[in-house]
Amino acid sequence: MSDATAPDLSRRSGQNTREFAYRAVFFVCALLSILTTLAIVLTLLGDALTFFAEVSPIAFLTGTTWSPANDPVSFGVLPLITGTLVITFGAAAIALPVGLLTAIYLAEYASDRVRSVLKPAIEVLAGVPTVVYGYFALVYVTPALSVVFPTISTFNALSASIIVGIMIIPMVSSISEDAMSSVPDSLREASYGLGATRFTVSTSVVVPASISGIASSYILALSRAIGETMAVTIAAGNTPRLVDLTDPAGVFLNSIQTMTAAMVQLGASDVTGQSLAYRSLFAVGLTLFVITFLMNLISEWVASRYREEYR
Amino acid sequence: MTQDMTTSDPDESDGTTASTSPDPGGFSEARTQTTQEGTSTAPTVVESRDLAVYYGDEQALQPTTMEIPEKQVTAIIGPSGCGKSTFLRSINRMNDLIDVARVEGELRFRGKNVYDEDVDPVALRRRIGMVFQKPNPFPKSIRENVAYGLNVQGKEVTDEAVETALRRAALWEEVEGKLDSSGLDLSGGQQQRLCIARAIAPDPEVILMDEPASALDPVATSQIEDLIEELARDYTVVIVTHNMQQAARISDKTAVFLTGGELVEFGETNRIFENPEHQRVEDYITGKFG
Amino acid sequence: MAAETRTDETDFGEVSRLKDRVFESVTLAAALFGIVTLAVLLVYVTVDAVGWLDWQFLTSPPHPLAEEAGIFPALVGSIVLMVLIALVTFPLGVGAAIYLEEYASDGRLTRFIQLNIANLAGVPSVVYGLLGLGLFVQLLSFGYGTLLVAAFTVSLLILPIVIIAAQEAIRSVPDSLRQASYGMGATKRQTIRNVVLPRSLPGIMTGTILALGRAIGETAPLIMIGVPTTVFGVPNGLFAKFSAMPMQIYTWSSYPDTAFQYGVVSAGVVTLLVVLLSINSIAILIRNKYQTERS
Ligand SMILES: Nc1ncnc2c1ncn2[C@@H]1O[C@H](COP(=O)(O)OP(=O)(O)O)[C@@H](O)[C@H]1O
Ligand SMILES: [Mg+2]
Repeated sequence: MSDATAPDLSRRSGQNTREFAYRAVFFVCALLSILTTLAIVLTLLGDALTFFAEVSPIAFLTGTTWSPANDPVSFGVLPLITGTLVITFGAAAIALPVGLLTAIYLAEYASDRVRSVLKPAIEVLAGVPTVVYGYFALVYVTPALSVVFPTISTFNALSASIIVGIMIIPMVSSISEDAMSSVPDSLREASYGLGATRFTVSTSVVVPASISGIASSYILALSRAIGETMAVTIAAGNTPRLVDLTDPAGVFLNSIQTMTAAMVQLGASDVTGQSLAYRSLFAVGLTLFVITFLMNLISEWVASRYREEYR
Repeated sequence: MTQDMTTSDPDESDGTTASTSPDPGGFSEARTQTTQEGTSTAPTVVESRDLAVYYGDEQALQPTTMEIPEKQVTAIIGPSGCGKSTFLRSINRMNDLIDVARVEGELRFRGKNVYDEDVDPVALRRRIGMVFQKPNPFPKSIRENVAYGLNVQGKEVTDEAVETALRRAALWEEVEGKLDSSGLDLSGGQQQRLCIARAIAPDPEVILMDEPASALDPVATSQIEDLIEELARDYTVVIVTHNMQQAARISDKTAVFLTGGELVEFGETNRIFENPEHQRVEDYITGKFG
Repeated sequence: MAAETRTDETDFGEVSRLKDRVFESVTLAAALFGIVTLAVLLVYVTVDAVGWLDWQFLTSPPHPLAEEAGIFPALVGSIVLMVLIALVTFPLGVGAAIYLEEYASDGRLTRFIQLNIANLAGVPSVVYGLLGLGLFVQLLSFGYGTLLVAAFTVSLLILPIVIIAAQEAIRSVPDSLRQASYGMGATKRQTIRNVVLPRSLPGIMTGTILALGRAIGETAPLIMIGVPTTVFGVPNGLFAKFSAMPMQIYTWSSYPDTAFQYGVVSAGVVTLLVVLLSINSIAILIRNKYQTERS
């Protein structure tokens, strides 16, 4: 054994380059996500900028008539933005309270067994294709609503809001529940130890302590409602109109058009090539992208605060 | 270490506590039993009778019988995992919160078995406060922390009540000017005293403490120890500790639990430490095991 | 108020649980609200589909007459599209996840990529449609509404979901296994191939399949890239026009004829949901099998 040859501990150059090549390939895969974002921004900006060369951004953002394909053409995005806000507001009125209460039930009241059944069942709500939700709203929800509101139109903002609200419940409930579950049990014990009921523990300890997680879930859910496309296209119709806030019934019982629905309408029509209508599609898309992207960033930032709180 | 045990001195600082004065009839049952030494004259407030606790199939506490005297400090010592916390948490029924926990036997508070059907654990906990091992102030202001129990129990929240609780917890001087800053901004020792203030603000009769100083540095620990002796003037204190010196310093009575959840010896602290009856207890106290 | 609980030394009183009970009922009702609503809607659509969802429907092309209409080309289109998306997203998603979990240091760039992935997952699908339209149709001229454009577009859409799922699966591989591999003199690449990937594969598969379930229901991106509303044959190449089930449902739901509105569309919806359910069941089967193996 004494005269065994010295072990070869040198790096193998072939091995090294292969290791490096693999690393490079994986890196490119990860980089693709940044390229995707870049491609989205450039694609949207490219056509949006040529659009804004012809239609001033001010006219676009403050105009009150949206008529991209029919003469006289007009590219005021306000009707679409208000339409989107109507749906978002209506959906929020359902999803925010229901989602929060759901999260409280799951985190504070449900037994382990009930939770293990209920949680995945609620997640299913987010898994149903939105085109199916749109169909449900159109053929089942609206007729049901017409019993209560005889004047409701076939296409209306109310049924679209309800259905969008239902589909975003899991966004609120699952993120909020995560936040509530990360509230340390020691705080609950402190409260129970003072003679608090479960109601008091939930409302005075758990909810305040997870407030940034709840806020984050709210923002994300709203962003989701703003970007929701098929359900509102099918159920709320294609009537771009500036809503009259003094007449809530008129707002909700009639057809509106959201930004997303307007995009689908343009995309499905044959406005191809280099027409102004085609480019307006990208201007609306850019507006939608900027709004939702900012909201997602804010939500992420708020969420990172609660993650820090109980590290 | 010993205090006046026969007369229950009226509370100087808070008028609402007059009702803590014992009702002689309420513990007549407890009186019939003499404590192991037969020397204590303080009335019994909490009394366990063959109290056993299980977690699922695991028995964490062997049938335990013991009497805890009023307005004294009773220490519970023993190696870790021997059921000290389990016993303590069965006094105010915090074990109810653990799904798998099951209790047998009786735990009497002022003569009434708290595990009787008609006892509301929430009402019970309003008379038996608790301080935990790790300081757990709410992420709220100092004032809101102290006021929390008062709010929960529907009692009036006044600046005086908050101040009184903080003074009794020996924290007032340090936080006087910053009642609205977060309780989480305090040091560990201050946080624990804040938790004590929070526990005593609604004026319970008994305070349970589960290793309240184990997460603190020596200086903060000695502050808490002084405070506990002080609190025993007005409250019955039951404290779990695995620090024997601490038990010797501050308690009037000591219960020694050993492995398996068994109460091996209970009596006057002096006697337990100077002249334990059981060899196992002596071994434990002298550090031969555990 | 103190008297409330101290009326008697031995009667501890009772704290009212009215609010507690009411609140529990309210939260439970909230938790059930969405599920119950969806369940009712599913019952309705299933009942409406009875008599329409039959062999003829599954094997026929679309037809102006409700009785003769079928979903065959769209069904095949959806499945082919899904296979293509799986082929694109699986390697890319796993590659990105491996980089982020095994190679990347915890630096700025990594955090930026991570944040970017989270944000991409929140971009509305209709915006991905515009990306596909601008990039693949206009710039690269892959043609309006072709299978290839659709596959690329929807792949980009679900890629963030696949990456996040794969990352979670890789992260759950215990570090001790990696150490053991390195301890035997394995290189990083060998460790990944022989230890990390085999161990995390079931998790990655589950995540990818669930993401495919999301892909099969996507409609808006297909509309934007010009997928035709009605196609009578199955796609015969990557550059062929095709249709997909959600497209077909969208088209039919705008027909005023009630035989379409309530009959044919219901049959289409149920078909789509059954395919979706099968996909998700496969994912859950894989997860359960792997969970029992590990325990
Ligand atoms: N929530 C619980 N579930 C199951 N077993 C528990 C639980 N809490 C404590 N135990 C077990 O009961 C025994 C006593 O625990 P504990 O009372 O916490 O001991 P100590 O406070 O003396 O360290 C230990 O064996 C512990 O593992
Ligand atoms: Mg303990």
